[in-house]
Amino acid sequence: MNKKLTIALTKGRILKETLPLLARAGIEPLEDVGTSRKLVFETSQDDVQLVIIRGTDVPTYVRHGAADMGVVGKDVLLEHGAEGLYEPLDLGIARCRLMTAGPVGWQSTGARIRVATKFVNITRRYFARQGVHAELIKLYGAMELAPIMNLADLIVDIVDTGNTLRANGMAPLAEIASISSRLVVNKAAMRSRYSTIQRVIEDLTEIVQDSDNATA
Amino acid sequence: MTMVDRWQLPDGVEEVLPAQAELVERLRRQLLDLYRSWGYQLVIPPLMEFTESLLIGLGQDLDLLTFKLTDQFSGRTMGVRADITPQVARIDAHSLAEQGVTRLCYAGSTLHTRPKSLMASRSPIQLGAELYGDNSLAADVEVVRLMLTTLEAAGLADITLDLGHVGVYEAVLATANLSADQEKTVFDALQRKSVPDLQLALAGEEQGIADLIIALVGLHGDETVLADARELFAEKASAALPAVDALQEVAIAVRRQHPGLDIYFDLAELRGYHYHTGIVFAAYVPGHGQALANGGRYNDVGAVFGRARPATGFATDLKALMTLLPASDAGQGAISMPDADDPALAAKVNELRAAGEIVINALGAEANPRCDQELVLEAGQWQVQAIQRGQV
Repeated sequence: MNKKLTIALTKGRILKETLPLLARAGIEPLEDVGTSRKLVFETSQDDVQLVIIRGTDVPTYVRHGAADMGVVGKDVLLEHGAEGLYEPLDLGIARCRLMTAGPVGWQSTGARIRVATKFVNITRRYFARQGVHAELIKLYGAMELAPIMNLADLIVDIVDTGNTLRANGMAPLAEIASISSRLVVNKAAMRSRYSTIQRVIEDLTEIVQDSDNATA
Repeated sequence: MTMVDRWQLPDGVEEVLPAQAELVERLRRQLLDLYRSWGYQLVIPPLMEFTESLLIGLGQDLDLLTFKLTDQFSGRTMGVRADITPQVARIDAHSLAEQGVTRLCYAGSTLHTRPKSLMASRSPIQLGAELYGDNSLAADVEVVRLMLTTLEAAGLADITLDLGHVGVYEAVLATANLSADQEKTVFDALQRKSVPDLQLALAGEEQGIADLIIALVGLHGDETVLADARELFAEKASAALPAVDALQEVAIAVRRQHPGLDIYFDLAELRGYHYHTGIVFAAYVPGHGQALANGGRYNDVGAVFGRARPATGFATDLKALMTLLPASDAGQGAISMPDADDPALAAKVNELRAAGEIVINALGAEANPRCDQELVLEAGQWQVQAIQRGQV
């Protein structure tokens, strides 16, 4: 069987930071992924192709073996579960924090609170651990609006600079997890294509360590 | 629910239609015959029994996977089996209670409250073989060989055999002094081979011990990992060495009959860690993201039934195998017979049917579309002839 090794990448900011790492490992898309409307890209290595999809879809593709490997934010893995996947490497890119946030000066009364978030699983687990009764409201964007419109007391969201929070009269409260992008690998592919995949993991590990040392 | 939805089956519950059902049933018979020829005796455990006997510590997930109902006779909770292995262990420990080696096999439907993996069926047909009463590696090797022969009989190629041993992680864990919470986090991170999460979980630990546990993640691949493992464990966790030797021995013995088999060692494989007690194994094929068959040693599971016995075995899902079977040929043609009361015709039909032919009564109408031949009376003799169709 000589199928190509397929790597699923997460669109957007993660993609921008992934491509230089892959390039240093000798894997470069043959055309500009930024302008092309394609979804599948051939690379400088004949036996490697890239697919570019939404982050939440990456674990699904990799778990089913539709892609052999993938790059995805830890937030997605925490929210949707990493069951059935290997996640051997922290790529150290697209770093941010998953936090609770609330209106400036917000104080808990000890009563049931309403929390707006797109990360319902993480949020449910987090507040359960804190011993807090939380009513979850699933939203798909603009979390900051929910407390302003009195839809929720708190929000749980990805915080990068915190500028959006401040602009809406909110402040970060507690960090739930620190997030960066992970390399994930399909379990069956790890076995049947061991040498190819292991080589990519080793190359990327070295590159990530180099850039860690450079910034340290 | 409107009438339109009446046909709908629950998520993860499917029916097997004629073309595939024939394949699945043929394979089931072929495999049970194979096990019989290896000395494995068929047992047919019940579809449901009390949860006390079904949930006997074969993994905490099993409790969640089991549909439960109340027995109208006793008021006790019963479960629809989600796994047949505990039932067979009970049969060996209690019902048969033989002294020597007992070899049992089974095939039957199970139900899962939720799919075990994405796209998995909630009503798999579990088929497997178990060997009780022998604690030797030779027993493990026999079961691994039977598992490989099973997949080969199903026509699957490019099989990768996955080998691991719970003794490795046990020995490594024994060198560390982790709290129960920490152990859970480490276990979870190891299953995902997540070095970053392990580093986080072991942040406060002694460096040597943390390094040892993290090094486990790298111990997967071909035979060379066994040498790496020996070197790593020689001083720090010598209790793990017998497990490494056992893996080597099993690999050599399996290769002797399956030369060229792709063997993948994974010393951090923790599937079924809580009930397995020795070698664990699984079989993978390209294009299928989950293990197709898996098994391992699970000694003393029968203890709750009064007899602790060495045990090793494997199981597979016939419905999962079905999706990977090579496409079948167009299927056997059939012979059409007229609906006539002639004893000579009846005799001829019996003869053909006994020889394995399909003979379909035309019921006075046109021959069934599946028929490509028909019985015709010629010169006082019933003859099989090709059907001439399509000439109008």
